[in-house]
Amino acid sequence: MLSLGTDDQTRLLRVAALTGVALVAFASRLFSVIRYESVIHEFDPWFNYRTTRYLVEHDLDSFWNWFDERSWYPLGRIVGGTLYPGLMITASALWNSLHALGFPVDIRNVCVFMAPIFSGLCAVATYLVTKEVKDSRAGLLAALFIGVAPGYISRSVAGSYDYEGIAIFQMMLTFYLWLKAVKTGSAFFGGVAAIAYFYMVSTWGGYVFLINLIPLHVFALILMGRFSNRVYVAYSTFYAIGTLYSMQIPFVGFQPSRTSEHMAAMGIFGLVQIIAFVQLVRSHMASKQFQTLLLGSVGVGFVLAFAALVFLTMRGYVAPWTGRFYSLWDTGYAKKHIPIIASVSEHQPTAWPSIFFDLQVLTFLFPAGVYFCFRKLNDEHVFIMLYAATASYFAGVMIRLVLTLTPIVCVAAGIAVSNILDTYLKHSPPADSAAEKVASDAKSAVAGSSSDKAADKQPAKDKPTGVRNSESKLVVVAVFAYMMALFVWHCTWVTSNSYSSPSIVLASYTPDGRQHIIDDFREAYFWLQENTAEDAKIMSWWDYGYQIAGMSNRTVIVDNNTWNNTHIATVGLAMASPEPRAYEVMRKLDVDYVLVIAGAVLGYSGDDINKFLWMVRIAQGVYPEIQETDFYAANGQYRVDDTASKTMRDCLMYKLTYYRLNEMYPDGNAWDRVRQTHVPAKNIKLSTMDEVYTSENWIVRIYKLKQPDNLGRPLTDAAAFEENRRRKRKHVKKY
Amino acid sequence: MASKKPAVSSAAPPPAALLSQLWTNYRAETGVRLQLVDAYMVFLLLTGILQFVHVVLVGTFPYNAFISGFASTVGAFVFAAALRVQTNPKNRQGRDFSPERAFADFIFCNLVLFLAVTNFIG
Repeated sequence: MLSLGTDDQTRLLRVAALTGVALVAFASRLFSVIRYESVIHEFDPWFNYRTTRYLVEHDLDSFWNWFDERSWYPLGRIVGGTLYPGLMITASALWNSLHALGFPVDIRNVCVFMAPIFSGLCAVATYLVTKEVKDSRAGLLAALFIGVAPGYISRSVAGSYDYEGIAIFQMMLTFYLWLKAVKTGSAFFGGVAAIAYFYMVSTWGGYVFLINLIPLHVFALILMGRFSNRVYVAYSTFYAIGTLYSMQIPFVGFQPSRTSEHMAAMGIFGLVQIIAFVQLVRSHMASKQFQTLLLGSVGVGFVLAFAALVFLTMRGYVAPWTGRFYSLWDTGYAKKHIPIIASVSEHQPTAWPSIFFDLQVLTFLFPAGVYFCFRKLNDEHVFIMLYAATASYFAGVMIRLVLTLTPIVCVAAGIAVSNILDTYLKHSPPADSAAEKVASDAKSAVAGSSSDKAADKQPAKDKPTGVRNSESKLVVVAVFAYMMALFVWHCTWVTSNSYSSPSIVLASYTPDGRQHIIDDFREAYFWLQENTAEDAKIMSWWDYGYQIAGMSNRTVIVDNNTWNNTHIATVGLAMASPEPRAYEVMRKLDVDYVLVIAGAVLGYSGDDINKFLWMVRIAQGVYPEIQETDFYAANGQYRVDDTASKTMRDCLMYKLTYYRLNEMYPDGNAWDRVRQTHVPAKNIKLSTMDEVYTSENWIVRIYKLKQPDNLGRPLTDAAAFEENRRRKRKHVKKY
Repeated sequence: MASKKPAVSSAAPPPAALLSQLWTNYRAETGVRLQLVDAYMVFLLLTGILQFVHVVLVGTFPYNAFISGFASTVGAFVFAAALRVQTNPKNRQGRDFSPERAFADFIFCNLVLFLAVTNFIG
């Protein structure tokens, strides 16, 4: 270290700090692996894991052409054309390179650790972005923030093998390269940014945010009169390459040329060309009238492009905004028109506490950072401001979009904190000693004269308004150090308590503090794999489709890729109908087994009865025979006890959930621990299906459909007949 | 690209005189190299317009082929424009690019673009 110059030492320290931050980002996501085991979490990751396994076992070509007959029975799903393949290809590339190096790693472990690895890289990308906007000191702070901020950790803990885990890294990388391109005006960086954009498009549907934010940046620069050749080169190359590349993803296809979400980018591209041309003409005319020509052509071009867009939309060449998109502007839209979108809890509007929960002190530093951007106001600061404004809006609309807000909050907070530290903490030792000297002078001398002296002693670049008293410096720095420590503590606490549960394995604590693992899901899925026919069709609510396909390797009727609303509504219809009708529907769907999640015994609140109203609503949208109001008790509440409505008590879901529950309790004391109510004591009779499996804690219950009656009677009649006969026989025996 | 022409001609009040003035200025002030790039760009512009007219008349059927053809012209056009901007001596200010660097960027972008074009053209 001694042989290195100061610059080299700083660089070494910086690299060491950044590596440390990346390691912290990686390590703080491992709670779930340490506490449970290396397992894939939740719902969607199971599909990603399953496809990755397929990709590893087969080659890329058959991956693209994979027709999956195990899902959406009997429709199937063309997997290659309906997913973003970036995540799977990255994971399998990592797996292949590890194997090539001689590390025989299981693909599951690669998938489990994908998100933490990319979070470390994301910290580096955030450092780079912030460095472009301010300097490397702010960059290091921002990297630390993004490394531990719960808003991002929520989607990227180990085992959460989902698109977002790596997409945020790709997004920050694209932004960095874009800022670099704008600052240097280099076609090379424009092209590289486009390639990073392509990588992002291949991974996450959220790329739409990018392809609207970057044109918005360009447009704002034009309006502010900051249009320059650098912006022209950067945007033209970025758009020309990026758009063509994004069309290479089969799932995206021709959308960039056809849908409204992408039209802004195209319009700005045209606008940029026109402006550049007009500027060229002006440079040869050197006449003032071209100022007006410029503005005029911009206005005319904008109006023309907009008119063309409206025309093309009306003629059907350009697809209008999609439903998911409308729900971003009108938060009530989804609930009114597309219950399937509204039914997902992460699509709900964000509550204020949850933003604080995810970002803690960064929430308050965020505006300060944006304010500092206003004070500098270069091209890249405009970008940060626009990103901040748009992302804040979207994060307020949808909980899951807090994820896109988190990086910019970290960048802005990094800028704010580093500005404060710049003011209150001198970097160069001479300045420090000068300040100390001044401080010691201040004790003896009058305050006014000491500040004069200090102003003389400070280097010329320091502002005369700086703080020179070391005590006040110390106070401010200490307060901020305390705040940062508190922040990191909060982040670790949130990560460990809220975001590290795999949700397929549950944990509870016995009174003496020992951990008790509840493994009902995997137990039941394993049972399915071992005890059902290879081609058995399992009906469940769509939430569990990916898990059943991934863990049991059985055919499911609907799954988490909710592309066919009618099919889901049909399943909802079966669940919400009385038994005979449900049997009819299920026979049509060729169902063999029905799987329901029942939390009544354990108090597991994410069960099917709590989701049931959404099933009813979705079914109602397609089959008017189901009416939501029928399922409420007389007083308008959603009840499961004796006051529940007859429709509710007759429907299949209710019966399957509470079937034989009262046998566990003394007479009339059957108790639902989720809803905290009694359950009707009357025995529930099932005539169309048999209970075949119930997991240890009664969370997963599996029923097998009976074959149709040999004599052609409805199964309810047959069951009633059988029961009568049995009773009669008993009767006879008595005498 | 195609919408450029009307925007220019509509905004010039005495068209003939102004345009001839522009032309003489252009010939006088622009280097030969830049004029070469301009000729290339005009060629690409015409190719693009031709493809567009073809699509309007015949239809978009192999849409991927049209997209890749059109995108390659548009892309090559803007890269040439970028090259022109960066090598234009008028734009030199401070830390700008050497013509060699600009040309290397130009080639890099074209390579990247045509990789996708050949993949997409079907």
